[in-house]
Amino acid sequence: MDLKDLYRDVIVDHNRHPRNFGKLDPADAHADGYNPLCGDRLTVYVNLDGDRISEAKFEGSGCAISVASASLLTEAVKGKSRAQVQELFDDVHTVLTQHDATVDASRLGKLAALTGVREFPARVKCASLCWHTLNAALDRASAPVTTE
Amino acid sequence: MSAAIVPGRPRSVNFDVARIRRDFPILDQQVNGKPLVYLDSAASSQRPLAVIEAMDRYYEHDHANVHRGVHTLSQRATDAYEGARETIRGFINARSTREIIYVRGTTEAINLVAQSYARPILQPGDEILISALEHHANIVPWQIVCGQTGAQLKVIPITQTGEVDFAAFERLIGPRTRLLALAHISNALGTIVPVERFIARAKELEVPVLLDGAQAVPHSVVDVQALDCDFYCFSAHKMVGPTGVGVLYGRESLLEAMPPWQGGGDMILSVTFEKTTYNQLPWKFEAGTPDIAGAIGLGAAIRYLQGIGMERIAAYEHELLDYATARLSSIPGLRIIGTSPQKAAVVSFTMAGIHPHDIGTILDTEAVAVRTGHHCAMPVMDFFGVPATARASLSFYNTFEEIDRLVAALEHARKLLG
Repeated sequence: MDLKDLYRDVIVDHNRHPRNFGKLDPADAHADGYNPLCGDRLTVYVNLDGDRISEAKFEGSGCAISVASASLLTEAVKGKSRAQVQELFDDVHTVLTQHDATVDASRLGKLAALTGVREFPARVKCASLCWHTLNAALDRASAPVTTE
Repeated sequence: MSAAIVPGRPRSVNFDVARIRRDFPILDQQVNGKPLVYLDSAASSQRPLAVIEAMDRYYEHDHANVHRGVHTLSQRATDAYEGARETIRGFINARSTREIIYVRGTTEAINLVAQSYARPILQPGDEILISALEHHANIVPWQIVCGQTGAQLKVIPITQTGEVDFAAFERLIGPRTRLLALAHISNALGTIVPVERFIARAKELEVPVLLDGAQAVPHSVVDVQALDCDFYCFSAHKMVGPTGVGVLYGRESLLEAMPPWQGGGDMILSVTFEKTTYNQLPWKFEAGTPDIAGAIGLGAAIRYLQGIGMERIAAYEHELLDYATARLSSIPGLRIIGTSPQKAAVVSFTMAGIHPHDIGTILDTEAVAVRTGHHCAMPVMDFFGVPATARASLSFYNTFEEIDRLVAALEHARKLLG
């Protein structure tokens, strides 16, 4: 295990300077996410233009992995349709959990920085929390989701 | 950090920690290519060969069910199981083995008291008094029984240093208080609660007192008669014993009056479909085949601790605490949460700009094991306005050099993410 694999420069940068951080008000949809293991709490907000995400923001507090992952997510999903977001989520989930993942890195863009997380199984939930929360927001779910 | 502010490592002339470490085979291993530094004993301690071998011996030579058979193995198992009870009695200075109930751990002990002692007596408007320092195990069982009975849970606040506010306690305890339930030592912060003062006041008002001793029994001399508490709860796995077994000490007169908590074998004298006569103490509260090997392991753990001496353990751990506190305080941005003048060897802390979860991962790559999270004490975290802390908890098998390793790993974390 190499820490540099987990805390890549992109992760450290997005943790120190999270993008799209703050409340979206009004928002077409939002959802709360909570990781009871470490106390990470996130709220993800989205505005929709038809089927496409026109804007995404988040706020909350958490570890470097969860904050960076949420920050990267807000950049990555902007302008994407729900179906494209779902594909991206599937790709992210695959690289987070499978060692022999065959996901094309070019499809992931900056999200590829998260691939080191899979060497640290206890931290996978930190990286995936924002994605579950985004899904909940898109489903218009009002109840908080958890990673459990 | 300048060398001038690094305190000299104390050298305990009377404490041969190298020899003690040889008793704990698990400590002698590499994690991520580096020697393990285990600083998570408040979550669960490690166990010496004496405990592991006592349990192995039992399974290899003496196992049978207890209190059941006239055959030799059953007699041996019963003798060992009940012999451990006498060892426990002596260790906490209970009057009688009738006051020593085997349970699964501290959590089960508190639930037993909540359901068997408190539930039958609580009326709507009655009060259970706890503190804001408690582990969830000393909160949730009382919330459950309050929900069942209409009683109310009252919480004594804590101060900025992490001490239970005695003046507030004096205001909160009153004619409706039916039980005071307090941690003896806080798991999240290490605060040693001066329970004697609280008990003395409770006794004036004839309020029974339960102490959660999970963190106290491994690190100090506990005498339930001197404390004059009514219930005392602790777990074997935090005191170099096995997981899955613990103890409820209860004042005999109270235990006598309490109904059984669970029904089954071993807790009865006779059963017909019309009427069952319950067994005597302590077996009235021990339904079903118990954790026999666990009890034997706990007995061996106590003998091991007594062989070193609880006073010596406490004194050495205090040296470790002083050293760790001084070293950690010198790290820029590090905030120690819980600064009571009376503390057990627990240092809970946060670092500016670095989430505790990241600290935990970075330390693990340096083979330093600490707990990160809310420590099953979310109200304590809320009080200090932090989502979580990192916690280094020290035991008598830890060394000053290991504290240096912790400090070096934290410096590494600061460089990486701070």
